[in-house]
Amino acid sequence: MLSLADVSKVYRVGAFGGKTMTAVDGVTFDVDQGQVVSLIGESGSGKSTIGRMILGLTAITKGSITFDGAPVRPGADYYRKVQGVFQDPFSCYNPVFKIDHMFQLIRQIRPYTQEKLEESISSVRLEPGQVLGKYPHQLSGGQLQRLLIARALLLDIRLLVADEITSMLDASTRIDVLNLLVDLKARGLGVLYITHDLSLGNYLAERTVVLRRGVVVEMGPTEKVFEDPLHPYTRQLLAAVPRLHAPWEDARPAGCGVHSDVQPDPDHYVACSCEKEPE
Amino acid sequence: MTTLQTAPEKAETVVRREALYFAFRNPKLLGGLAVVLILLAVGIFGPILDSGDPFAYSFTDAIQSPSGKHWFGTTTFGQDVFTQFVAGLRTTFEVGALGGGLTAIIGMVIGFVAGYRGGMIDEILNMLTNIVLVLPALAVLLIVNAYLGVRSVGMQALFIGLTSWPWVARAVRAQTFSLRTRDFVDLARLSAVPTRKIILREIAPNMSSYLFMTFILCFGGSILIASSLDFIGLGPTQGVSLGLMLQNAHQWSALTLGMWWWFIPPGAGITLIVGALYVANVGLDEVFNPKLRET
Ligand SMILES: Nc1ncnc2c1ncn2[C@@H]1O[C@H](COP(=O)(O)OP(=O)(O)O)[C@@H](O)[C@H]1O
Ligand SMILES: [Mg+2]
Repeated sequence: MLSLADVSKVYRVGAFGGKTMTAVDGVTFDVDQGQVVSLIGESGSGKSTIGRMILGLTAITKGSITFDGAPVRPGADYYRKVQGVFQDPFSCYNPVFKIDHMFQLIRQIRPYTQEKLEESISSVRLEPGQVLGKYPHQLSGGQLQRLLIARALLLDIRLLVADEITSMLDASTRIDVLNLLVDLKARGLGVLYITHDLSLGNYLAERTVVLRRGVVVEMGPTEKVFEDPLHPYTRQLLAAVPRLHAPWEDARPAGCGVHSDVQPDPDHYVACSCEKEPE
Repeated sequence: MTTLQTAPEKAETVVRREALYFAFRNPKLLGGLAVVLILLAVGIFGPILDSGDPFAYSFTDAIQSPSGKHWFGTTTFGQDVFTQFVAGLRTTFEVGALGGGLTAIIGMVIGFVAGYRGGMIDEILNMLTNIVLVLPALAVLLIVNAYLGVRSVGMQALFIGLTSWPWVARAVRAQTFSLRTRDFVDLARLSAVPTRKIILREIAPNMSSYLFMTFILCFGGSILIASSLDFIGLGPTQGVSLGLMLQNAHQWSALTLGMWWWFIPPGAGITLIVGALYVANVGLDEVFNPKLRET
């Protein structure tokens, strides 16, 4: 379904694009129908940039992203199939309009009836009468986040890019929203679950992609990556229990763990860890 | 169900009512608007009271001080100053609306595009803005004037519009720049909403009070610039405006001859309109920005 091949993103920064900054570097992975793939990486590793490129919000510098074999083309056709939900639900709604406005906008790409609208709101376990006609500031973050998922359902999409959708929610709401993703998967949707939170990633996803500074360091079936992490960075990420008074140490390979030409398992990719390190 | 549906309506009217409540209690806004509206009414309905020709000469009535017959007195040529004042007000409001409107529109279009697009387009528009900003507008006008003989109110407004938009563009750009990074803009893009609609229907409504205030300032600024141009002899060659009246009074030594009624009405008219617009704008700022409200 969705396929990324050697995708890179270089941002131009500074006056007249004088300097450049490589945010994503040669990323390759797929998301299939009915599959949840989690993309894990710390802040600034390029996760959102990948999500935005898939959604056609940011141009790709190098490589290709295809959906059912066709390259990403922003437009009504593509957005009927692929949608996104973002981190900050409060920022996703125009504060001067009622939340109905957001549903109104998608009418032109997929017309729907009032019943269909209420049905999709009910399917994210909200009472249509309690949310329609309200302003965003009158609803909670969890309600707003669910309405965004309802919007995606109304469009009858096939792939959802979920970019840290639970990181601004409290613990109980977080589980409810994650359960909605499980529902989506059961409906046959593909989900790219972007997160920096390891504990929730493995709860949903069949496959895990570990991203570090824009580069995929390890990827494979979730249980293999979590139970048998091969890259030192993944190991450290999994072992890291937040400690007070101890600074977060960047993963430094203790000698060379794995070479890229020694792949233990064709389904479990590991980057060579003795690449030249900055610093 | 019905109670659930009416509740949000209430909340909305409460917000609106709050703005209106503060608007109706803001002396600056009310006072400023009242002055402008009264002068506008004089300009519009004045001809009903006094429908003479502002240029009609009358040697028998020359140099009359204000009286029942000539409310504001007459000029050296016996022209009725009140008739001129009424006609001048109209021209002045006209140039304010046209020049101010043009300034606001050019500035907003450039500001919105630069702020929304960013990158190279932004850098180019920014450069253009800075060039126009440092352009010696008066020198340009003198040159343009030498080539284009005809000077009408429309031309004057066009000139004002083409030279004073940069500060509008800068302010609108800065606001657009911060709004376009909000996720609701991305969501609109993910709904295949075209760029023009995103700017007009998603971003602009978030700064509507600001845009409204900008227009008011442009209106006042345009009147001030037009009056200065008139006064230094770069005004329209036909018709009468408050600035042209001042220029005439000055040219025929009204001040030295003690003909105060000739220059005080146009001078006071310009000062009142521009001053009242600025005061109203300060009032509006207080209405829209709760942090500035006194008490
Ligand atoms: N529009 C942009 N212009 C320039 N640099 C950007 C832009 N967006 C993101 N970046 C940079 O790219 C890197 C990756 O960002 P992002 O994809 O948001 O990471 P993540 O979502 O993993 O936290 C960061 O260093 C960030 O500063
Ligand atoms: Mg991010």
